[in-house]
Amino acid sequence: MADLTTNFVGIKSPNPFWLASAPPTDKEYNVRRAYEAGWGGVVWKTLGEAGPPVVNVNGPRYGAIWGADRRLLGLNNIELITDRPLEVNLREIKAVKRDYPDRAMIVSLMVPCEEAAWKAILPLVEETGADGVELNFGCPHGMSERGMGSAVGQVPEYIEMVTRWVKQNTRMPCIVKLTPNITDIKQPALAALRGGADAVSLINTINSITSVDLDLFAPEPTIDGKGAHGGYCGPAVKPIALNMVAEIARTPEMAHLPISGIGGVTTWKDAAEFMALGAGNVQVCTAAMTYGFKVVQEMISGLSDYMDKKGMVATSELVRKAVPNLSDWQHLNLNYIAKAKINQDLCISCGRCFAACEDTSHQAIAMSEDRTFTVKDDECVACNLCVNVCPVEDCITMEQMAAGAVDPRTGRTVQPEYANWTTHPNNPGVVTAAE
Amino acid sequence: MHAKAYAQGVTAGRLDPSELSAGFRDLHPALDDHEALVAADRCYFCHDAPCITACPTDIDIPLFIRQIATGTPDAAARTILSQNILGGMCARVCPTETLCEEACVREIAEGKPVDIGRLQRYATDGLMATGVHPFTRAAATGKKVAVVGAGPAGLACAHRLAMKGHDVVLFDARPKPGGLNEYGIAAYKSTEDFAAREVDWLMQIGGIQLETGKALGRDITLQELRADHDAVFLGIGLGGVNGLDAPGADKEGVLDAVGFIADLRQSADLSGLPIGRDVVVIGGGMTAVDAAVQAKLLGALNVTMVYRRGRARMNASRFEQDLAAAKGVRIITNASPVAVHGNGAVREIEFEYTDDALAPTGERFRIAADQVFKAIGQTLEGDALPDLEGRKIAISGAGRTSVIGVWAGGDCAAGGDDLTVTAVAEGRDAAEDIHIALMGATAG
Repeated sequence: MADLTTNFVGIKSPNPFWLASAPPTDKEYNVRRAYEAGWGGVVWKTLGEAGPPVVNVNGPRYGAIWGADRRLLGLNNIELITDRPLEVNLREIKAVKRDYPDRAMIVSLMVPCEEAAWKAILPLVEETGADGVELNFGCPHGMSERGMGSAVGQVPEYIEMVTRWVKQNTRMPCIVKLTPNITDIKQPALAALRGGADAVSLINTINSITSVDLDLFAPEPTIDGKGAHGGYCGPAVKPIALNMVAEIARTPEMAHLPISGIGGVTTWKDAAEFMALGAGNVQVCTAAMTYGFKVVQEMISGLSDYMDKKGMVATSELVRKAVPNLSDWQHLNLNYIAKAKINQDLCISCGRCFAACEDTSHQAIAMSEDRTFTVKDDECVACNLCVNVCPVEDCITMEQMAAGAVDPRTGRTVQPEYANWTTHPNNPGVVTAAE
Repeated sequence: MHAKAYAQGVTAGRLDPSELSAGFRDLHPALDDHEALVAADRCYFCHDAPCITACPTDIDIPLFIRQIATGTPDAAARTILSQNILGGMCARVCPTETLCEEACVREIAEGKPVDIGRLQRYATDGLMATGVHPFTRAAATGKKVAVVGAGPAGLACAHRLAMKGHDVVLFDARPKPGGLNEYGIAAYKSTEDFAAREVDWLMQIGGIQLETGKALGRDITLQELRADHDAVFLGIGLGGVNGLDAPGADKEGVLDAVGFIADLRQSADLSGLPIGRDVVVIGGGMTAVDAAVQAKLLGALNVTMVYRRGRARMNASRFEQDLAAAKGVRIITNASPVAVHGNGAVREIEFEYTDDALAPTGERFRIAADQVFKAIGQTLEGDALPDLEGRKIAISGAGRTSVIGVWAGGDCAAGGDDLTVTAVAEGRDAAEDIHIALMGATAG
């Protein structure tokens, strides 16, 4: 059986599944049960500076987007950092870490952008025996209005400055958590690297309004008739997170910067995908909030089975495995030609492929009187939309055309060699370069 | 077990009232809001959906289910009712397992179709409960149409004609409108007086004058109707019952299943309705199942349904056959009645096994019976009717008969299955054709 043990910036954990800093990690009662359920590590919900804790709203904190059968696809929250006293959290962190020395215990922090504030809190965290700190530069609501969270994460100079303060004032590994509410994720990541960060974690939540109450005409979640934007997470944000993780992983200066992948990890497969695109481990929140701590058991068995099938013995073999295959559009092989193929034995004749193809643009699926659906190879551009809308797994597949065959759509012979846009005759850039 | 359960002969009160009401409760209970959303989520919104093709009234099923799924069930109800004004009853009585739900792609994919019938009921019940009638009449045309028979075909025809602005006189031979919906369907398919409530709701369109107790050939004639109206629609159903051709068929206790079903439906107190201990139902259609199951639910100890052909030929759907079996009805196939025995009243009925070609095999058996219900088909009654095709009124196009100005639809007309939903489709389509005929090229 594959060894899921991970060593992330010197922090060991029995598996790569950490609970992200969030409501499930706000107290000893929860974290103990999370460890018992099998989580490899926990990022304790963000601590603020000493003194009266922050307060939360007393109405709804969450809004949701659902798929079929009310399956939660996206979750939005307006909850702030921990609203429990600092000393209570520190005492509990120490107690839990003492009892679970083999699990990772990271403490998320968010204090004002003043060196004194960081100098004050870091020794207190060190004293708990925690394995590391995560700097919360990502929270997009509430705290950002007070100059913290994503207000810091959106200014690379601040990220660099605060990271440096932290590295100068503690021996603990420092993970910088990034906000996705920026245009280029590489800039804050590079700033963290310059500041001395041991790793980055991403993504934090995305600015969002989940819905509008059409009776009250107010954004939801609605507090006494008003709503504020919140932070979006859950399965719906996974593609955004994957891209941002990959953007960092493929940047040469950051090729060795460890990444903790966050954003919609719901199954072992999601986790494996994050790791393949560069994450050394993953952090999970919404899946645990939706289904409870037990979900980690499927993640552990699933990842282990997958690695066994692939002959991988350590998670490090999976990490970054897909990074070399992340390319730019201009380098994609234009001589790769595929056609959709419908398996008539699996087809249930719903016609969704037909409607999608007919009304989207290509009109490449034919429908017979008896509801047999077939692909017109002379129209099919292999866009994959039919595969995406088909309700039956593997019923429609994309079949590559062999070199030497004639594409009935273009009448051209499929060429064996690789050729991309940079050398394509229609590319005006090529023409200019030739002159 | 109630003391009267084993009593021989035909007697009332075999079961106590709680057992009776439990047996006769709604066969397909209404979905609640949550169940409806879960069920609606399963619809794939198929292109040119096979369920629509399978529906005799062409209800846009994917659209109405999407309207339920998106929180607008009243819009869903309008989608249904615009095609089928008796969508509420059809949601209850349609053999969906051989229509829309059989065609559902999820039946192919998983052997479990979308629960279309109950979703339809969810939408239509919801709208009807608001008391709102969603349709309005067009400007009066000054035309007057007679609709004979206030069953599914006649009601659908009358409503569509009234909507088009015509004045309608709706005749029915029975004291109450509704036809088979009111008199001919098992009680557990139309609970809480639904048939009557649906007619009241339908009549809210206005412009329909209901004349009950008026039978064609007895109180009114086709000739008079033609003279007094611009068009006539015949939706008179099949009033006659096929007889049992066997010695002793006239003995006491040998009854028509349709009469039993009608009596049961009109009974205010089922505990007062007598039923035999040993009941035999002859036939293999929906009427036979309705009679057999209800005899069982009234407390008959032994109920046997005997059909002369094989199981595959039974008109009752597989679902109905299984329902009967689940209620404890014994189903015997390939057996024809040859004699009814008894001294005055029936005591036994004798059958002979037949092969698939209905040829007698010589093998006979007797079943104890103190009641025999005949469900071996209904026939068109009346003379001075338009030309027939076989034993039904011949029609062409949308219900046009051999007589100019006279249309027909529903069970009395040739072609189509004898289903409520088919009758609704025929009544509706005849109304559209009548409208075009009356208004000429200006009709729209």
